[in-house]
Amino acid sequence: MEKKLYLRNILDIRKSKNRTESYPTKSSEEQSDVEDSVLKKYEDLHIKLKINPNLPELLKEQHKKYLLSTIVYLSHAYECLDASRPWLCYWILHPLSLMGVRLDDTRKSHIVKFLGKCQSPSGGFGGGPGQFPHLAATYSAVNALVILGTEEAYNIIDRKKLQEFLLSVRQPDGSFAMHIGGEIDIRGAYCALAVASLTGILTMDLFKDTAEWIVSCQTYEGGFSGCPGMEAHGGYAFCGLSALVILQKGHLCDKQALLRWLVHRQMRLEGGFQGRTNKLVDGCYSFWQGGAFPLLYSLLAKDGNTPQDHLFDERALQEYLLICCQSPTGGLLDKPGKIRDVFHTCYTLSGLSVAQHFLEEIRILGPSKNGIACTHPLYNIRPDIVRKALLYYNNLGTPKQENQTGNM
Amino acid sequence: MSDYSSDENEGEFVLYRNRPEWRDVTPVKQDDGEEPVVAIDYTEAYEDCYDYFRAVLKTKEVSERALELTQTASYLNPANYTVWQYRREILKGLNKDLNEELDFIQKVILKQSKNYQVWHHRRVLVEWLQDASKEKYLTEAVLAKDAKNYHAWQHRQWVIKTFNLYDGELEYIDTLLSDDVRNNSAWNQRLLLHDKGGLSKNKHVTKFCEELYKSGNHSPFLLAVLVDMCYEQVNEGGGDSVYTLERAKELCSDLMTKYDTVRAKYWQYMIDTIEKKAREGTEDEAGSSTN
Repeated sequence: MEKKLYLRNILDIRKSKNRTESYPTKSSEEQSDVEDSVLKKYEDLHIKLKINPNLPELLKEQHKKYLLSTIVYLSHAYECLDASRPWLCYWILHPLSLMGVRLDDTRKSHIVKFLGKCQSPSGGFGGGPGQFPHLAATYSAVNALVILGTEEAYNIIDRKKLQEFLLSVRQPDGSFAMHIGGEIDIRGAYCALAVASLTGILTMDLFKDTAEWIVSCQTYEGGFSGCPGMEAHGGYAFCGLSALVILQKGHLCDKQALLRWLVHRQMRLEGGFQGRTNKLVDGCYSFWQGGAFPLLYSLLAKDGNTPQDHLFDERALQEYLLICCQSPTGGLLDKPGKIRDVFHTCYTLSGLSVAQHFLEEIRILGPSKNGIACTHPLYNIRPDIVRKALLYYNNLGTPKQENQTGNM
Repeated sequence: MSDYSSDENEGEFVLYRNRPEWRDVTPVKQDDGEEPVVAIDYTEAYEDCYDYFRAVLKTKEVSERALELTQTASYLNPANYTVWQYRREILKGLNKDLNEELDFIQKVILKQSKNYQVWHHRRVLVEWLQDASKEKYLTEAVLAKDAKNYHAWQHRQWVIKTFNLYDGELEYIDTLLSDDVRNNSAWNQRLLLHDKGGLSKNKHVTKFCEELYKSGNHSPFLLAVLVDMCYEQVNEGGGDSVYTLERAKELCSDLMTKYDTVRAKYWQYMIDTIEKKAREGTEDEAGSSTN
């Protein structure tokens, strides 16, 4: 079922300007500046609407063109991401797949072979060929390979070695280091759980005490922090919640507190999400915060509190993404005045996908061609693609079983 | 462009392939395969440095020149964790003066303060040295520029907890909050020093909130706290508390229609949830009275 959404009333948007209560501080001044630039975008759109009533439009063709060009070539400005090249693959492939772009088999094979070069002889993937294996690089490489979805892509992952790598970064308290000798935070637990569950190598031994460690990262605000004691943060909240859901231990966290924290991260005027209390809106949190909602709905449903509707304002979020985050030449961005990049293109479109889908319903702001595919909130990959991979790896059995059959 | 020290001495940067001390080493090209994807158009200096870094990594060379090379490599890409990890192996292998390394990483952190790798490098050095005497100062220098820098707070919490450096923390937080009372990172740090308990049972909190409300303040944050107190009390059976289902309904309706319309659906959901809690509460009571 498709439902058409309409823009918020511009008078209401104007009224939602942040009140500084005659006590301006650095935070409120920065907030006011952003609100001014966002409000200008909304005011401009209301003028343009008189000429083109189909606005706001998702510039799909431009975004596709931008993403396809980055698969081939990145300028030296991307040197800072030279240790994140599997991420680049994922950030490009996922939004393309949300927009229904199919790559030809030759191109797919090139990407698979490149990711194969990033795989470490000791298991897991590094940020580029020859780099040490790293959990975030492993997560993005596995996600990218699952999206590619060919036999070659599935088989390039050495699952036995991957399991060994995960074990090598596991800490005694159930947390995970990002690489051997690397930093420990909640990203590690999520990345490890995501790849282990996707490739069918998840064992309870590997994740003993992990759920309890993650729960210790839930803060008094309700969100999750990178490690116990720190401030609640959108990216980490997504990691914490997804990790708990993969472990089927979502009930261990305070759901009501998490929900309250999450809904308050949606900005009154902008409609997008902030990452932390009293910080600025950023398009990427459309997914980190927005993506947590469907996961939370499933947990609330288990308590008999099934939400009948999205619990955030999906119309306001779509407004922000379509009107404030698109570069006219393709690619999406953090907020007005920032430049596009593939990271923001991936997570803004993922957030748009979350806002457009509620259970089986589709809610689209603007013309229906603005619609994009649904995303699986645990992995941020299309659900049909996730199912196909799960089926493939489950049929293979765990790496241990493979060995046993090999010995017989 | 050369290394971190280039700001001070303006020496000409020489590519590694033109340096006599590296003549014995064969550079190793990056193996992207036959059909590279997401290929970065590296600058000449970047490619040159990393060709030699790969060569050193391959032979596991532990030497002064390799240490210098990792400095350039980390300058060119501070997010390359392989470089930092290998640099730590060299530091150990050569038994280097770690205090010098602390000075070096301090300079890097002050320029690259939103980077996981540089802070982690600092933390490992502090662990090795078991000396956290410079850490509060460093984090304060970073927080002076960006009072919400997550990495700086995380490092600060770690040293405070690990080396028991709580003294003076409350005063420091007070100065940050007087600069910007909306600095949520500072509030979070304050909680590190305090016990947590139910809001609705803390008389100071309820008195303060009720006075604010009676004075005509309808800030959505205030109203939201009052709703939370209602939820807490209804959930726990309430007794004679003023935080009732009716109060919650009134507050949520005001939030939905007037003060916080973007969250209208959430406030409706809260009414439903608190109503359900209240119903469960009365059912429990009815159940227990018949027994």
